[in-house]
Amino acid sequence: MTVMTLTGNYAVAYAVKLARVQVISAYPITPQTTIVEKLSEMVDTGELKAKMVRVESEHAALATVFGAASAGARAFTATASHGLLYMHEVVWWAAASRIPLVMAVVARAIGPPWNIHVDHQDIFDQRDTGWIISVAQENQEVLDLTLQAFRISEDPRVYLPMMVGLDGFILSHTMAPVDVPDQEEVDDWLPPRRQPYYIAPETGVVMGNIVPDDDYYMLRYSMQKAMEQAKKVIEEVDREYGKRFGRSYGGLVECTLCDDADYYIVITGSWAGEAKEAARKLREEGYRVGVARIRFIRPWPGEMVRELAARAKGLVVFDRAISFGSKGPLFLDVAATAYGLTSMRGVIGGLGGSDVTADDIAGVVRDFVGEVEEKGSVYEPLYWLFPAKYRGKFEAKEVVA
Amino acid sequence: MSVGKSARGPIVEAPVGFFAAPVSHPAPGAAGKTGTWRDYRPVINEEKCVKCLLCWLYCPEDTILRREDDMVYVDYEYCKGCGICASVCPVNAIEMVPERGGLE
Ligand code: SF4
Ligand code: SF4
Repeated sequence: MTVMTLTGNYAVAYAVKLARVQVISAYPITPQTTIVEKLSEMVDTGELKAKMVRVESEHAALATVFGAASAGARAFTATASHGLLYMHEVVWWAAASRIPLVMAVVARAIGPPWNIHVDHQDIFDQRDTGWIISVAQENQEVLDLTLQAFRISEDPRVYLPMMVGLDGFILSHTMAPVDVPDQEEVDDWLPPRRQPYYIAPETGVVMGNIVPDDDYYMLRYSMQKAMEQAKKVIEEVDREYGKRFGRSYGGLVECTLCDDADYYIVITGSWAGEAKEAARKLREEGYRVGVARIRFIRPWPGEMVRELAARAKGLVVFDRAISFGSKGPLFLDVAATAYGLTSMRGVIGGLGGSDVTADDIAGVVRDFVGEVEEKGSVYEPLYWLFPAKYRGKFEAKEVVA
Repeated sequence: MSVGKSARGPIVEAPVGFFAAPVSHPAPGAAGKTGTWRDYRPVINEEKCVKCLLCWLYCPEDTILRREDDMVYVDYEYCKGCGICASVCPVNAIEMVPERGGLE
């Protein structure tokens, strides 16, 4: 093991190298670009023996690695924001074909207007595609999740592609010390590529031909079953990885300060760091607050969220995305899981990279706790945590059903 | 070492649990007797045919068949009646005749 100072993007590149990926294809988009730059450099120097395929678009990039993976190669791509949206059709193809594949998504806001900073709208846009979707909090976890993604995706209980989400700039371009495992250790831990079938002249297999409607239905059922099985696989891989490399994250949800908590902040991505800081501050003031960091938005960790909700006085869910006309996407899942069990507030914050501090988060939680203690029960699905300069000028709490 | 690839290809391991993939193996009539879909039937006039084989080449269903002497004939079990053969024939040797007498 070597400790290196790496940006989140380089952490992805090193993990891809350690997984001995054979085919890479990508189209550059900020803030993903340096992942592929680093990988091309590795391929160029011979450090990584892989085929790098240049393409004209993200649609083609995913189609290329999907084709390579269908033919039996361990393949990888990375994108962000508009690139991911442009891929969207192939995102569906890859998942429903049940071909293992790994993609890094560097979370970035969607235009117009142009904005290159972090929010989670691009990732949540992929929510229903059948990909396993994980979101990291910091650079070490980016490397660990990327490595684990190959193991999870290629597990015969799963056979679904997996996205590794990392926040644009906050992780992608910020350096931090990262433990990089040795190649021999990874070779020993990561089994050779497995997949349910592969397409080659000698296999005579065709993928995606028209099927009768009833069989189409059953294919969808099968994907849901795989997602359910993936929950167990994710927990297992996290535990085994911990034994081997010394780092475990609690599986689908990482719970911090949760033991005796009355209230939980539910959040995903790098701003969970601010949430943890907020929880520590609030504890100093006597509030018993914990942080449930959602590491996998798909498969949805419903069991764990329900368990927390059952013993909580309230949940404050922070979304860095919105489903216009409804609520935050994370809140929607939490509410569907925990409705009726406890009080809830759904907060929209940090859109387009607008700054949210630990104090901002603590303020929202403090206010929520006050309201719950006063009224007994609170259901506020849409609470706007406006950027500091607009705060107080608009109504933060909206009455929506 | 070659991770991820056995000598002949990747490791194909059976999935666990209920599994379905949209995979098929091409075979004659994999979608059933597609000849029943046909509204117009291509009829080849052997007197006119010059054996250029364009129809044989263009037929999307591989249902123009070819004899030893290169005279062509139609596999009506699977011909869908699209009419491409008739439209590419340079000497108008293929006529599209309505099926079941119902479409005149
Ligand atoms: S009608 Fe169409 S399907 Fe039938 S033989 Fe001609 S080209 Fe082939
Ligand atoms: S295209 Fe016409 S002339 Fe040529 S082989 Fe077919 S039927 Fe005969």
